[in-house]
Amino acid sequence: MTVRELTEQAGFRVLSMPDGEREIEGVYAGDLLSWVMGRASEGQAFVTIMTNINVLAVASLLDLSCVILSEDAEAPSEIIVSAEEKGINLLKTELPTYETCLLLGSLL
Amino acid sequence: MPKVTAVNNEILYYRFDVDGDNFTSAGEASVQTKRILRRVGFPPEAIKRVSIAMYEGEINMVIHASGGVAELYIEEDRVVIVLTDHGPGIENVELAMQEGYSTAPDNIRSLGFGAGMGLPNMKRYTDGMEIETKVGEGTKITMTVNV
Ligand SMILES: Nc1ncnc2c1ncn2[C@@H]1O[C@H](COP(=O)(O)OP(=O)(O)OP(=O)(O)O)[C@@H](O)[C@H]1O
Ligand SMILES: [Mg+2]
Repeated sequence: MTVRELTEQAGFRVLSMPDGEREIEGVYAGDLLSWVMGRASEGQAFVTIMTNINVLAVASLLDLSCVILSEDAEAPSEIIVSAEEKGINLLKTELPTYETCLLLGSLL
Repeated sequence: MPKVTAVNNEILYYRFDVDGDNFTSAGEASVQTKRILRRVGFPPEAIKRVSIAMYEGEINMVIHASGGVAELYIEEDRVVIVLTDHGPGIENVELAMQEGYSTAPDNIRSLGFGAGMGLPNMKRYTDGMEIETKVGEGTKITMTVNV
């Protein structure tokens, strides 16, 4: 499934989608960035409540397919601009992390 | 921008100053490194390993040592990263290398750091890693990634 398709079916809000045709290859959830850096793998959707610039660094270095901010986590506008610049798909949902992952599990 | 010097025909050398004051913008050296290695035409897998190692090392210098210098040597079949800081040094390297060990303060943890996974990641993603450190003087970490 592509990031665009997932966004539509899950009803996620789009903060930035420079690469909507990107294929999603699994999911990883976590908030401790170095932990995620060591465990997540290329193409995964990354579910987190962290909204600082380092989340984008992780997404970009691991070449993740998208970042999904759960729990209605508020993203500062400079993060959204930076995601667009770096070519990172950034989505948002009011669902808690567990429910977000359940939904992803049922759709993917 | 990094300074670039051709040491000889074989080796490309870059030097990055890592600013200790601003860890929300930290990661600049790894972004630049990724760009440089792409231009050189290295395989994506090697680029990824080098830039992750650089990122974790860079963040550590910002968080734990108020900044430092990152140097990058690009050779034909390997990349060497040298990170040098004049921070507090690491008292027990063996302990610091363990997954989960972290001395990161709460304000840093609230940004998603402090899992105690940075040094283990650096070791995992590289082919060689050496730590020279002295309490009160600083830390020098040398990492090698074979291409
Ligand atoms: N350059 C450094 N100078 C001084 N101490 C360091 C340095 N790098 C690491 N350390 C020490 O080693 C510990 C472990 O480092 P490591 O990168 O594994 O974890 P962390 O930085 O605390 O958290 P994480 O990397 O998961 O966000 C640090 O908490 C710190 O005490
Ligand atoms: Mg670290």
